[in-house]
Amino acid sequence: MARFERSVLPHIDSAYNLARWLTRNGHEAEDLVQESLLRAFKAFHGFRGVDGRAWLLAVVRNVCYTWLRRNRQQELTTEFDEKIHTLEGDMLNPERLVLREGDSARVRQALEKLPAEFREVLVLREIEGMSYKEIGTVVDVPVGTVMSRLARARGRLQRELTGPPGEER
Amino acid sequence: MSCQEIRPLLHAFLDGELDPARSLDVQHHLEACPGCARQHEAHGSLRAALRDEALYFKSPEGFESRIRAALGSKGAPGVFRWIRLTWLPAGAAAVLLAVSVIAIWRAGSPAPGLFADETVGREVVASHVRSLMASHLTDVPSTDQHTVKPWFNGRLDFSPPVKDLAGEGFALVGGRLDYLAGRPVAALVYQRRLHVINLMVWPAPGEPDRFATVAPHQGYHLFHWTQGGMSYWAVSDLNENEMKEFVRLLQP
Repeated sequence: MARFERSVLPHIDSAYNLARWLTRNGHEAEDLVQESLLRAFKAFHGFRGVDGRAWLLAVVRNVCYTWLRRNRQQELTTEFDEKIHTLEGDMLNPERLVLREGDSARVRQALEKLPAEFREVLVLREIEGMSYKEIGTVVDVPVGTVMSRLARARGRLQRELTGPPGEER
Repeated sequence: MSCQEIRPLLHAFLDGELDPARSLDVQHHLEACPGCARQHEAHGSLRAALRDEALYFKSPEGFESRIRAALGSKGAPGVFRWIRLTWLPAGAAAVLLAVSVIAIWRAGSPAPGLFADETVGREVVASHVRSLMASHLTDVPSTDQHTVKPWFNGRLDFSPPVKDLAGEGFALVGGRLDYLAGRPVAALVYQRRLHVINLMVWPAPGEPDRFATVAPHQGYHLFHWTQGGMSYWAVSDLNENEMKEFVRLLQP
């Protein structure tokens, strides 16, 4: 228990933040984080790594995805969008994104509109401040996939914020 | 480098995930190319927008203590702590009494065989459960058989065979000293997915090679065999088939 307290419990806020972004619902996030911590506690004897945060967030993500599959199937299906699978889709439109003070509500709505697999990498990278390697551990994909997914996610988010990219470039 | 080559690297550059050489390449390119530099700025402003404290959902007041309470009732660490502090002297006395009763009983009853297997099996399960409970799974955490085996030198009067089965999906995670069947034994710890397997080994000089079927105890599968003058016990909550595979792999 002492080791669990030291390496996992300090990350309850990170766990809640991720669950809140994935479910977009405070009450669900609380329930799912609690369930995740109980699971993590039971499985903890198998934990040999050093990164308690990434390990806990991987558990949280699994629990949240099970919930999403049951309740929000449509958010998990990333529709195939020709644009986002090309370099073109990764490009941001530098002219249009002008964010003002107090625009966080708009950014939040835009981020919430993204499919879960894009939303989670942005949350882990920008809000949680994780490295590609740590994100790879949480999401269970190689570092290269983390990079390309982040690139697409940024392109998508910017389009949510500014509308479709212009023709110049 | 051309813009075509640079563009896909801009994200990793922004995230500080490029090696120094390529990072320098991108840096130089950005100084010379206004188009890529604009892209880079766009990434930067998007990042600034996301690094807004208002986007971090803090857990609600009292959430952490609720979680701790829930963990306490499941994991019961609080109870153990309480028992340890309050009942330590009484517990020690009880153990002493039990040990002497067993010693007297053992002196008078020379019944080996099935009955003995079952008694030892119960001890093996208890040891397995204890090893998972007390965060004392391994004394020597190592996946290297050449580290684990020598560690027992000087701690035991025998050298347990240590086999690494990582290639077969049973990763060695370490070793531990344990006390079983009235003697110090080697406990080798393996892992299959999230399941821990304890393999207890001690010498059984003069005993014939045999394989004993032991009934599962408290939901744990138990396998026991004697081979080459060593007694082996394998215990885990892993399913029976995979346990059988594990046991088969250990036998030469």
